[in-house]
Amino acid sequence: MTRGRFLFILAVIVVLIGAAMYLSPSTLENETVAASMLATTLGVATPLTLGMLAGLFCERSGVVNIAIEGMMLTAAFVGYTVGAYTQSLILGLLAAMASGGMMALLHAWLSVTFKVDQIISGTVINILAFGLTGYFNDLLLRRRDVDIQSAGLTPTIESLADRPVIGFFFKPIDALSDVSVIGPIFNQKPIAWMAIILVFVTHYVLFYTTWGLRTRAVGEHPHAADTVGINVFKMRYANVVIGGLIAGLGGAYFTLESTPQFEPLLTSGRGFIALAALIFGGWTPFGGWAAALLFGAASAFQSNAQQFGVPISAHIIGMIPYLLTIIVVAGVVGRAFPPAAIGQPYQKE
Amino acid sequence: MTKRREIADGMKTRIAPLLASVQARLGPLAGMLRPILVPFLAVVSALMIGAIVIAISGRNPLLAYAGLIDGSWGSGRAIAGTLVRMTPYVFGGLAVALAFRAGLFNIGGEGQLLLGTLAGAWVGYQLALPAVIHLPLALLAGVLAGFIWGGIPGFLKSRTGAHEVITTIMLNYLAIGLAGWLLNDNRLMKDPSPTNVIARTPLIAESAHLPALIPGQDAYPSASAAPEIVHWGVVLAVLATIAASFFLWRTVWGFEVRTVGANPSAGRYAGINVPRVITLIMGVSGALAGLGGAIQVTAVNYRAILGFNVGYGFDAIAIALLGKNNPFGVLLAALLFASLRSGSTRMQSLSGVNADIIAVIQALILIFVAADQLVRWLYRIRARGLEERTTLTRGWGR
Repeated sequence: MTRGRFLFILAVIVVLIGAAMYLSPSTLENETVAASMLATTLGVATPLTLGMLAGLFCERSGVVNIAIEGMMLTAAFVGYTVGAYTQSLILGLLAAMASGGMMALLHAWLSVTFKVDQIISGTVINILAFGLTGYFNDLLLRRRDVDIQSAGLTPTIESLADRPVIGFFFKPIDALSDVSVIGPIFNQKPIAWMAIILVFVTHYVLFYTTWGLRTRAVGEHPHAADTVGINVFKMRYANVVIGGLIAGLGGAYFTLESTPQFEPLLTSGRGFIALAALIFGGWTPFGGWAAALLFGAASAFQSNAQQFGVPISAHIIGMIPYLLTIIVVAGVVGRAFPPAAIGQPYQKE
Repeated sequence: MTKRREIADGMKTRIAPLLASVQARLGPLAGMLRPILVPFLAVVSALMIGAIVIAISGRNPLLAYAGLIDGSWGSGRAIAGTLVRMTPYVFGGLAVALAFRAGLFNIGGEGQLLLGTLAGAWVGYQLALPAVIHLPLALLAGVLAGFIWGGIPGFLKSRTGAHEVITTIMLNYLAIGLAGWLLNDNRLMKDPSPTNVIARTPLIAESAHLPALIPGQDAYPSASAAPEIVHWGVVLAVLATIAASFFLWRTVWGFEVRTVGANPSAGRYAGINVPRVITLIMGVSGALAGLGGAIQVTAVNYRAILGFNVGYGFDAIAIALLGKNNPFGVLLAALLFASLRSGSTRMQSLSGVNADIIAVIQALILIFVAADQLVRWLYRIRARGLEERTTLTRGWGR
């Protein structure tokens, strides 16, 4: 992640928020607009950040992951279904993560063991996820008429602050969210906070632990890693599955935290945007997070512009993130270097 | 563990000689069938697992598959519906297969087709011309729009190294955004009739209609009628298949494309202009998808509608992979996918199995085709020689 690209991302976010303040009617305080923009940005960026981190673990170990979309969609469905049937938020969350991990295991099995081209393997998983969630949604949810709204899922920070143990962590956040203007920014739900914490954790794991060093070694030069006794296959399997678990958390965000309902193709391409954020951010946790926030800000600007009747079509504004991604991967704003051995199946000699 | 080993050995001793004897008896025919053996077994395996899924859901798999066959091949109308559904699949599959031969993965079929429908529809309703010019012009507009939408990622790949998987996915969303903008605004392309609330264009002029194959059927009921009239697009699809095959193996361009796909450095040393090949083949790939879209407009829908082709790009990939990126293989795969799709309604009404099971079966087919070692291992088939393998992940993320 070059400094130039980082500054570019920051500048675009500032411009988007500034434009939203400028375009909003004068009856609204600028601070209120900025705070609501930031809150929406964080919300939209949550699944993107988690998807980005999922791809990061996978790709840093040398396995291309275009299956983030499929993993998140599966997890969104499984999390919701298990949550609905058991009426338990925790079980739903765990099931979501497990299902993301299962899809990742399939990805690893195909691309590491069978050495199927990783892009094809990812495509297969996406198609499988579209099919399975569509079929079982009809079978388990639509026909049975179950829902989880009654279970009181989608907890707020407030309710968590009252719980034992975990309350300790959420109390300060809860306190911050009561501050008048910046309050809405901190008034995020648990998975949104987990996403932010995971960015820091991932940075630490990847760059300051033995595990991270091995992961990067396997992604950069598997032969050298193998020579010093690192099991390339095991490292790749493990990292792909870790990615799947995180993608599962991202999927759970959609149905257990954002809106408690499932519909086919619910993730609507956000797994692909997460992948774009990963590449945008040059395969680093903070770079990817910044890119996810940029996509979030663009989305927040879109809904803001729609709300205040800005005379530009929402469809046009909605195209900004995609256009930016193309500009960035075309190398206009700073180059990024992917893991050297990415995409190559490892063959022991 | 030992039990599994026993079963596996049992399969080995029983199935391997069986296959060998079949092969010996069929002789030369077996040689011809060999390339489709793995895809065929992949389809069979996927259908078997699909049957298990259906049985677990408490339905009758035999009844479901009977409905599937009846709905796609059980009557003249059913066959017509299957062939009409096959047409866009053939164009999409060929688009992916041609790019694949050059080592490029075109996920942008959906956007390219969408642009093709928009361009074809615009020419269709905006201009008033005699049919001899109007229809070819509408199709050409689709080709051109697809060429541009596919050519952009090709150009970016060859000039800046931007990976086509990312750019084609982004261009899909740009196409959807563009279509959403154009089709939702009365001043742009939205059907301005006061009763219309749908994001769609006006109906195209009759002079831009692609006629039915059998002249007597030219009744054109309404644009929303089920596609049960075989139109000339089906013939165009078959011709495109032959042309693609000729292009790949009988022309210098095809040779260049295959060389670049197999080894770009070798191509460069042999004096091939690699950037030009990459840009053009992506353009041609997009043009095929765009033509598929224009045919859909001029022969079936008679207008462009937003959101009728969601998932088309992924279906096209599945078809190209199942067809082993061979144009005639693509034709067969497209026919199979169209049969699944067009039989699914009858399957649902007959057996109560939801039509989405088709997508599950398609994904399973893909898994078995992609991991052909899996099929070879399951059925004890030895691989013969080295297959042409292309690496798609080359230059990922650049």
